[in-house]
Amino acid sequence: MSVFSTILRQIINGLQSGSIYALVALGYSMVYGIIMLLNFAHGDIIMVGAYIAWLCMARFALNPVLAILFAIIGCVLLGVSIEKVAYKPLRNSPRISLLITAIGISFLLENAAQMIFGAGAQVIPPFFTVPSPSIGSVEIPGTAIVTIAVTALSMVALTLLIQKTKMGKAMRAVSEDTGAAQLMGININRTISFTFAIGSALAGIGSVLYCTAYPQATATMGSMLGLKAFVAAVLGGIGSIPGAMIGGFAIGLAEALVSAVGLSVWKDGVVFAILIIVLLVKPTGILGRSMTEKV
Amino acid sequence: MLTVNNINVYYGNIHAIKGISFDVNDGEIVTLIGANGAGKSTILKTISGLLRARTGDILFEGQDIHATAPHKIVGLGLAHVPEGRRVFARMTVEENLEMGAFTQPTGSVDDSLANVYERFPRLKERRRQVAGTLSGGEQQMLAMGRALMSRPKLLMLDEPSMGLAPILVQQIFNIILELHEHGTTILLVEQNARMALSIATRGYVLETGNIVLQGTGQELLESPAVKKAYLGG
Repeated sequence: MSVFSTILRQIINGLQSGSIYALVALGYSMVYGIIMLLNFAHGDIIMVGAYIAWLCMARFALNPVLAILFAIIGCVLLGVSIEKVAYKPLRNSPRISLLITAIGISFLLENAAQMIFGAGAQVIPPFFTVPSPSIGSVEIPGTAIVTIAVTALSMVALTLLIQKTKMGKAMRAVSEDTGAAQLMGININRTISFTFAIGSALAGIGSVLYCTAYPQATATMGSMLGLKAFVAAVLGGIGSIPGAMIGGFAIGLAEALVSAVGLSVWKDGVVFAILIIVLLVKPTGILGRSMTEKV
Repeated sequence: MLTVNNINVYYGNIHAIKGISFDVNDGEIVTLIGANGAGKSTILKTISGLLRARTGDILFEGQDIHATAPHKIVGLGLAHVPEGRRVFARMTVEENLEMGAFTQPTGSVDDSLANVYERFPRLKERRRQVAGTLSGGEQQMLAMGRALMSRPKLLMLDEPSMGLAPILVQQIFNIILELHEHGTTILLVEQNARMALSIATRGYVLETGNIVLQGTGQELLESPAVKKAYLGG
């Protein structure tokens, strides 16, 4: 196989996994932007989405469209409930309490899933079959095309929502200055719930797309995926929405290139090396703002 | 219009506001003056709901609002321009103004925008600009315009002259007078006591969480105690 086709194949792989990292990283960044919380339970929402998809498809033999819909709705309900139950009571507590709670919720979800579904992997039947076209000798997997296209559409929709709608503008206002936003008549609780709902919906979409590439659900599948998406969010600049998109694709491509040169064992290590380098060299990330604010 | 009745406000264990009562009648300009740390901003924040009084009542047009959520208070017709302006620096001028109309029906926003742009032509010129790039005076205008977007009956202004050049201070005070002439009741907190008292119907002097003096603007301007402490002798 020629060098060109290897590179092309790896770029497509990188864009596919990068899409999923980007979707998940958006949830990290949005939540951080609005309540300054690193929501480490966010990755586990993907795992719950995968189990919902598995239940719908394998257990109840539902229509795949319904299964996808239920998985996304399930993620939204879970994300919003976690905020209401676990984070809202701590809104005025030190941020470290919130962070510890988020890690606790993550463990809770993983162990609950293991208790309910067992430690083994559950295989999710394919949602749909799409043809895989070829460029020259390289076959491009249909799932990759669907993943990249759905991600691009989600990003356009999210950008429009945040830039153009009243609720999107309210989210930006709350993330800039919660007190001033309240003085405008913006309901903080509703805006925060809305942010969790959007972030979790993106995670739900990410979950379904992930399952098209790796069709199985395990209790811990969300933790490494979540961590890598977190690195993507930090690389892009945590709190920045375009940053999360760029960071996601960058991490996906970096992994793929490491595999392309035959070092696939180092794939995970490279991601965390990137995190260390970003934190050392430019802790605010590619598009992040520095924390000092003009008074 | 507004009655504050014996409120006590604490920051943790610090007793910041010690049983203060005052009122603002329809059509007045009332000013609260006092040194840094006297509790002026704390009072405004308590009225708009950002802080809670531990005891006491706050009545706005006869309705008790001391436990009402801040985002609901705006809708009643009470707008607060906070200290330091606190515009949304990363949003455009027009988006800032739209946020001011958050509680208003969508159909009325364009009307309110036209009104604010007429009063502050400078904001219209800069409507697409990000608010963080405005000068201090322009940001103050934006903060005031943003509050006007909610069509308030009572406008509370916290240190609108802070950090502005004298010519801009004069301009801001002229705008306050204009708003008042158009029927908006004003509650003004200022360190610039001379300016504030010269336009005020009535005033209250605060010292460390207590009201120590009250009277008409003119009376306070002529009071020896006020002259000595706040007007430079």
